[in-house]
Amino acid sequence: MDLQTLTYIVVGLTFALYFGIAIWARAGTTGEYYAAGRGVHPVANGMATAADWMSAASFIGMAGLIAFKGYDASIFLMGWTGGYVLLALCLAPYLRKFGKFTVPDFIGDRYYSSTARIVAVICLIVASLTYVIGQMKGIGVAFSRFMDVDYSTGLYTGMGIVFFYAVLGGMKGVTYTQIAQYCVLIFAYTVPAVFISLNLTGNPIPQLGFLSDTADGTPLLVKLDQTLVDLGFAEYTAQKGGSFNMLMYTLSLMMGTAGLQHVIIRFFTVPKVSDARTSAGWALLFIAILYTTAPAVGSMARLNLTNTIQSGPVGSAEGNLVYAERPDWFKNWETTGLLQFEDKNGDGRIQYYDDTNPEFAAKAESFGWKGNEMVKVDRDIMVLANPEIANLPNWVIALVAAGGLAAALSTAAGLLLAISTAISHDLLKRTFMPDIGEKQELMAARIAMAGAILVAGYLGLNPPGFAAQVVALAFGLAASSIFPVLMMGIFSTKVNNTGAVAGMLVGLVSTLVYIFTYKGWFFVTGTNMLPNTPDNWFLGIAPEAFGAMGALLNFVVAFVVSNMTAPVPDDIRHMVEDIRFPKGAGEAQDH
Amino acid sequence: MAFQSEEDKKAYWRKNLNLMFSLLVIWALVSYGFGILLRPVMDAIPVGGVGLGFWFAQQGSIYVFLAIVAFYAKKMRALDREFGVDDD
Repeated sequence: MDLQTLTYIVVGLTFALYFGIAIWARAGTTGEYYAAGRGVHPVANGMATAADWMSAASFIGMAGLIAFKGYDASIFLMGWTGGYVLLALCLAPYLRKFGKFTVPDFIGDRYYSSTARIVAVICLIVASLTYVIGQMKGIGVAFSRFMDVDYSTGLYTGMGIVFFYAVLGGMKGVTYTQIAQYCVLIFAYTVPAVFISLNLTGNPIPQLGFLSDTADGTPLLVKLDQTLVDLGFAEYTAQKGGSFNMLMYTLSLMMGTAGLQHVIIRFFTVPKVSDARTSAGWALLFIAILYTTAPAVGSMARLNLTNTIQSGPVGSAEGNLVYAERPDWFKNWETTGLLQFEDKNGDGRIQYYDDTNPEFAAKAESFGWKGNEMVKVDRDIMVLANPEIANLPNWVIALVAAGGLAAALSTAAGLLLAISTAISHDLLKRTFMPDIGEKQELMAARIAMAGAILVAGYLGLNPPGFAAQVVALAFGLAASSIFPVLMMGIFSTKVNNTGAVAGMLVGLVSTLVYIFTYKGWFFVTGTNMLPNTPDNWFLGIAPEAFGAMGALLNFVVAFVVSNMTAPVPDDIRHMVEDIRFPKGAGEAQDH
Repeated sequence: MAFQSEEDKKAYWRKNLNLMFSLLVIWALVSYGFGILLRPVMDAIPVGGVGLGFWFAQQGSIYVFLAIVAFYAKKMRALDREFGVDDD
């Protein structure tokens, strides 16, 4: 059976499954719509959280990032998993005990302030919306590459599917579909990794394989380092960036993870406080399966790619792949424009090396090479092209397509749910129209969801130029504005309404200004006030890594301002003391 | 009132905070410490052709995170029972 038909069958089957679940898990009440009736088993919730969390970026992008950044990409591995420790130890159990539906719910009540609630809503809508654009793009790309339809058709199909199960089922429908999507995506991620690890090292477990020896007895990573250095590239395992920047970047990602609404609301769906603690553990376990596989996939893909092109000794006339004899995957990806070749020295062979390295460029010239001929190697193709590069059977390639779609769809649905909840619950019910009944609120939630899907779809079709930059913004905002006030709300009885609002605004504004200073105001190119290079950064902190600094400012300002203004009222202090132990969470207040 | 006394309430919270801080120290040590700042030292111990620091940055820290979360959930369950504030 050809790849095309096989892909249609595999993807079709997974979609049929999602539809089936959506019809089975319809939501009838706001409790079901917002929190799946608080009846989700902690293991099931962990799985849904993992699917919610692992987006197209984790599935498609991360291994590619590791493949090209090597050790320095460790910040993403640690940052996007370490945040779950903060969630499990510092936030999830207490927010579950608090027992409402959203993060702004907590911030608004704890700081007895509508202003605080609205600032929180704005932060989370901006963070979620910027995040969802990337998912929409991921859906469009995955469809267009694997189903041979154009980008916009792919995007409409994806929107239709999300619309169907998210509008119908709310959190309940999304949760159960995400469980199915997790199974699809983790299977699709690990199967090719096992095959490739087995091919290269004889060890079927990728986590061990990438630390094992290759056929000739050299450890895989040593071989990779050597292969890259021979072509003038930087060593894979060497550190390229500054240590302090790496630390701040990791910390920002961790705090950002713990401050993202679509992750936090997942812990409102479990029955008990103790379940919120265990569920965070399950989520981390399910995430760790992919995140510990990713460095293996990244390193092996880089080695395979380099060896395919540099098939013989560096510098010998026959050492490079003949362009006319390039493999099929190479041709497939060339048609997408994500892989581009230019025969600079006209020898009909492909030279792939680092021509920006002056020392090696001189050597390359003596070989008769006239520059790096792989003009474009988009790192996002690494995971998708990996099974083809390693000559794996067609069904594995079809599976990867289904997995990529599952990852993008599940995260998009989770984010859209977070946005629609913020609008119908935090803005309408809690702020502007407190008198609406449950039926109207449920209707409003569904309309908000439909609206959010249309906006996200529009932005996916006309992605703003800064689409690639905005994920940094999402994490920066969550880390600098939401995370600190949640922490202070639980662990301090002293921080008051004025302190929290001041802290959030300072955290938010300082982070935004720092990012815009280097990346341009609202990401408009050319409006940046300082060049975006390490020697211009404050203390060497990259714009993406500033969230942790913004968070620090938030904490300091909130404490100082709280000390100078009226103390927290007694009833709020009692509320805070009440969320600090699990007993009584059963009587969570459904409005 | 869930606790027997005001002292119980304070003791429970103090024990929780102690546990939390100790675990966060480990959390920071394996990631920021072993994985980043102390990598040059840790790499003296070879793992898979590279070093232990590299391993902690790309694998080890994640395993330790898992252990931390599991340990905390287990310990807190026991603490909840001890003070009679569990939700079972």
